[in-house]
Amino acid sequence: MEPLKDLADAYLRFSKDPSFKKELEGWLEQYAGRPTPLYLASRLTSHVGGARIFFKREDLLHGGAHKINNTLGQALLAKRMGKARIIAETGAGQHGVATAMASAALGLNAEIYMGSEDMERQKLNVYRMKLLGAKVHPVESGSKTLKDAINEALRDWVTNVEDTYYLLGSVVGPHPYPTMVRDFQSVIGKEARRQILRQEGRLPKAVVACVGGGSNSIGIFHAFLTDMEVGLYGVEAGGRNMSPGKNAAPLVAGREGVLHGMMTYVLQNAEGQVESTESISAGLDYPAVGPEHSYLMSVGRTKYVTQTDSDALDGFRLLSQLEGIIPALEPAHAISYARTLARALQKEDSIIVNLSGRGDKDVDTIARQFPQ
Amino acid sequence: MGYDPDPESFLANATSLIKGGADIVEVGIPFSDPVADGPVIQAAGARALSAGATPRKILDAVGKLSTRFAIPFLIMTYYNPVLAMGIERFAKSASENGVRGIVIPDLPMEEGDRFRDIALKYNIDSIYLASPNTSQSRLLNIIDKSRGFVYLVSLYGVTGPRDTLSPQALETVKEVKTITRGRIPVSAGFGISQPDHVSSLLRAGADGAIVGSVLVRTVAEHLDDPGEAPYHLEKTISGLKQASRVPG
Repeated sequence: MEPLKDLADAYLRFSKDPSFKKELEGWLEQYAGRPTPLYLASRLTSHVGGARIFFKREDLLHGGAHKINNTLGQALLAKRMGKARIIAETGAGQHGVATAMASAALGLNAEIYMGSEDMERQKLNVYRMKLLGAKVHPVESGSKTLKDAINEALRDWVTNVEDTYYLLGSVVGPHPYPTMVRDFQSVIGKEARRQILRQEGRLPKAVVACVGGGSNSIGIFHAFLTDMEVGLYGVEAGGRNMSPGKNAAPLVAGREGVLHGMMTYVLQNAEGQVESTESISAGLDYPAVGPEHSYLMSVGRTKYVTQTDSDALDGFRLLSQLEGIIPALEPAHAISYARTLARALQKEDSIIVNLSGRGDKDVDTIARQFPQ
Repeated sequence: MGYDPDPESFLANATSLIKGGADIVEVGIPFSDPVADGPVIQAAGARALSAGATPRKILDAVGKLSTRFAIPFLIMTYYNPVLAMGIERFAKSASENGVRGIVIPDLPMEEGDRFRDIALKYNIDSIYLASPNTSQSRLLNIIDKSRGFVYLVSLYGVTGPRDTLSPQALETVKEVKTITRGRIPVSAGFGISQPDHVSSLLRAGADGAIVGSVLVRTVAEHLDDPGEAPYHLEKTISGLKQASRVPG
């Protein structure tokens, strides 16, 4: 508890410090490539028929995903706290890559825990992390995916707490992580809201994003929370189907529980053992979800749905072929659901999809699905 | 670990520990994601789960032991299995089966009041963990909220046998003892595996030494012939107990 308290205190102190804010803004602009564009997907819009579909292009950030927003923020914090060793967990490898980049750029040593199953399906990102100077530790315990990588990172942290900063990659875990990561990611929604008002002159009818741990979704939702006319839709991984162990949809199919130091919705059996999960996208393959999503769902502000692996593949192909953008498999779930939303709305309406990452890392997985 | 590697062997192993001189027996209820545990106890939890362990079955097994032996039994588990069963039902069943205290490493004192109040109603002690970096003010709170004893984590890290005591162990025991000043016993655990660890800790002022992984490892070493394990467990525990009698 003591290290969490130190972290919460340090975060509170530095987040109010104008020089910290300025330094982070500088890195986001000059290193990560912010602001990212809000792009009207005209051909996808005509193809679907209905509301105008906009994409918030987080896939264009350095590293290829929204993760760098958070890793720069936390790596700067680690540096100010005087911690030279950074550890992180990663699922799809995007957070690992973003951690390795921020650490290299700020002169910190990064060690990344990654489930051995994820290392197999996201080989490209494993190479990238190594090229960036990070050490990658394979995790062989449990289901060998993201949840187990978090377990190992937590075990490392309690062992090496004096010189080590745990750079968590999503809005999960104990306080202050869900709040801190949300704050660092909320730049997505702030920009998107400003951009849609400038480009369309009014707010969108809906904002849609995929939800694994929930960082890209909370990042884009946050600026719209008080705009009650804007529907906020989170898309969880429906995996193969909705039977236990075949999906990764805790908000749709889980119950209240405690995992990784947070009380939230968790996929679990009757005895409280955490279920294994399945999703074509390693980044959504997690049995719990950030507690703020659980809260927002319970008060009715956000809605959560699922899309299956095959829906995600449809979304993936549509965006690639109609817009020339290869999306990551994670936001491909959101793209797929955007079709349903757009069809139910009028032509003059608009929706924003958070395109949280690009799909280079998924090319192997896709090639196995479509050998031709 | 309850039900490790199977229900019958677990009962035989626990019995051997009591015969060997254990003053208190702490029984684990497995959880799929034991973040405070090292590889030895992780593997035991996985074996117990495949042997069909559930909180209810393990509490029933403890009930069998507690009718035969008069020593206190504790449960160590994580919060989610307790929540899934319902705190009230868990505490009631634990109490009916002779459990005297519960250790939940992922339920910190700050979040523990709801559990603690219900457990108290069934006369079950909530045992909280303190570690080498626990501040004095937090430690005072832990002392106030704990019943039974304070579980002192003697190192930075997870459970698992270490060859030597951690450099912090003895210092931490001494510091904590000056703060508890006899108001509550202090027992040290994590990494403790050898008789000389036990005698050093007691010499430094600890009221008890908690040994887990080294025993669980013995179970793991005899999976092909589980009938062998009780003999070795009894020998190990009597060696440790011997060391506790001669703090010199």
